[in-house]
Amino acid sequence: MTQLALVIDLNVCVGCHACVTSCKEWNTSGSAGPLFDERPYDADPTGTFFNRVQTFEMGKYPNSETLHFPKSCLHCEDPPCVPVCPTGASYKRKEDGIVLVDYDKCIGCKYCSWACPYGAREFDEKQKVMKKCTLCVDRIYDQSLAEIDRKPSCVKACPTSARLFGDIHDPESEVSLAIREEGGYALMPEWGTHPANHYLPRRKTKLKIHNDELERADNPLKVDGQLPKPGKGDSSMDDVSAW
Amino acid sequence: MKPAFSVIFLTTLIGAGQGLFLALFTHQSYALFGLLPLQSDAFYGYGSALALLLLVGGLIASFFHLGRPERAWRAATQWRTSWLSREVIVLPAFMAFVFFYGLSHLAGFRPEIVTLPSGLVIDLSDVLGIVGTLLAFALFVCTAMIYACLRFLREWNSPLTVINYILMGGASGFSLAAFYAASAAPSQANFFVSWAAIITFLALAGRSASLARNARLKPKSTMQTAIGVKHPYIVQRSMGSMGGTFNTREFFHGKSESFLRTIKPTFLILAFVLPLLLLASFATNPVLLGIVFALQYIGLLAERWFFFAQANHPQNLYYQTIG
Repeated sequence: MTQLALVIDLNVCVGCHACVTSCKEWNTSGSAGPLFDERPYDADPTGTFFNRVQTFEMGKYPNSETLHFPKSCLHCEDPPCVPVCPTGASYKRKEDGIVLVDYDKCIGCKYCSWACPYGAREFDEKQKVMKKCTLCVDRIYDQSLAEIDRKPSCVKACPTSARLFGDIHDPESEVSLAIREEGGYALMPEWGTHPANHYLPRRKTKLKIHNDELERADNPLKVDGQLPKPGKGDSSMDDVSAW
Repeated sequence: MKPAFSVIFLTTLIGAGQGLFLALFTHQSYALFGLLPLQSDAFYGYGSALALLLLVGGLIASFFHLGRPERAWRAATQWRTSWLSREVIVLPAFMAFVFFYGLSHLAGFRPEIVTLPSGLVIDLSDVLGIVGTLLAFALFVCTAMIYACLRFLREWNSPLTVINYILMGGASGFSLAAFYAASAAPSQANFFVSWAAIITFLALAGRSASLARNARLKPKSTMQTAIGVKHPYIVQRSMGSMGGTFNTREFFHGKSESFLRTIKPTFLILAFVLPLLLLASFATNPVLLGIVFALQYIGLLAERWFFFAQANHPQNLYYQTIG
């Protein structure tokens, strides 16, 4: 069993939206037809995207931090959007676990979007069908592309390599290792949807210095206690003080 | 959720249609056991035609909800997993039985099917009515389960949703039957008025119970579980778009909090309290009963609007700030 998925490293994402534009470019140019856009250069633009980068702020100024958060379909292992579809247009592929919409079968009832807690599906107001991330299914198996290019568009575009792509059921894959060893987590675990996409948390590398590391514990002058010991902020001099 | 008028009309119209059919066949069942005088075939026949009219109205309204109505037939394929698909199958089946039930009365074609040992004669219209009754309840369950099965829409995810769809559809149907009987068979109006009052009272109790339950709900999903960051203070600065999206249009009712607070007492009074008071006067005046049904139906439209508007989808956590 294969389950293809993205692993998104929030520690590395800089919120540049390259994955968003690259995704839109690839998926609006495919044989499935364009992703609709309305008033793209006017006030109140709107359109269908498979992938969005959102920004959150944690904490209050001045102790606040910014988090850029790319969000697309999570290709759940137990997708709640699939069984509710009345036509079978929404389905999960057995061979690689990708959740897809058959645009020729979709009746545009939007029920699947109600059944997705993540808001990952977006209705195409021109084609009148539901659309969502396909993990670039028309790209990752394309033998005419060089093997290095057989990855989702967003993964190829990311300038900081914040997006990893692979099979999370293969314990030795890059994505499985990242999830296992770098604290990969799933969104809204409370609903039991088992999202295939995972996120790697923000991590900070901190150097912990203990007090005894600030002074030379083996300084013989200090051990003897024969010289004066000025305060830590005061100036000291070799052979005159104990520091 | 955004209340879609297509779905509001679908659920209220077919609810009243199902209720009216149940009312007519309840009367016929009473008559079968000699508890009430059997009415003319025209009474049951034209009553079923009225019920069918409501069902057709609901069916037409449902098509306005679809982006691709020409493919609607495909919706009957996934009945194994989808309550929506089950509704798509049960609704036309129920309509067919209402049609044939009415036809058997209007055509006077009611051949005896079986005679029970007690001497009770079950004719074709009884059999059609029994199957129609089962389908009416199946349709209530399918319609309500479309909403009740969505586990993260917690305002809906309760057996009360199913109970209330049955009670509210039943109440409006019996009110309509009271109005219809007052016009077509005045001697029987009291029977329908009493049942309409009882079911309206039960519907008021059921809907109040679900309102009380929803008022106490605590959201399971929070900003923290949505993005997986443990911090008590998280605000969204951008949802990744410069304008509205499908996600901001489909999942928000778009009205103010005070509007929502006004709608709640409005529908409780219009759909339940006023009809109850008027029905309790046991008046069998057709004009008055017409007003009862009209008030109740308008109240149920408001109730259904509120039903959708009150449901808070967890996806809204990701769509709070345009920027």
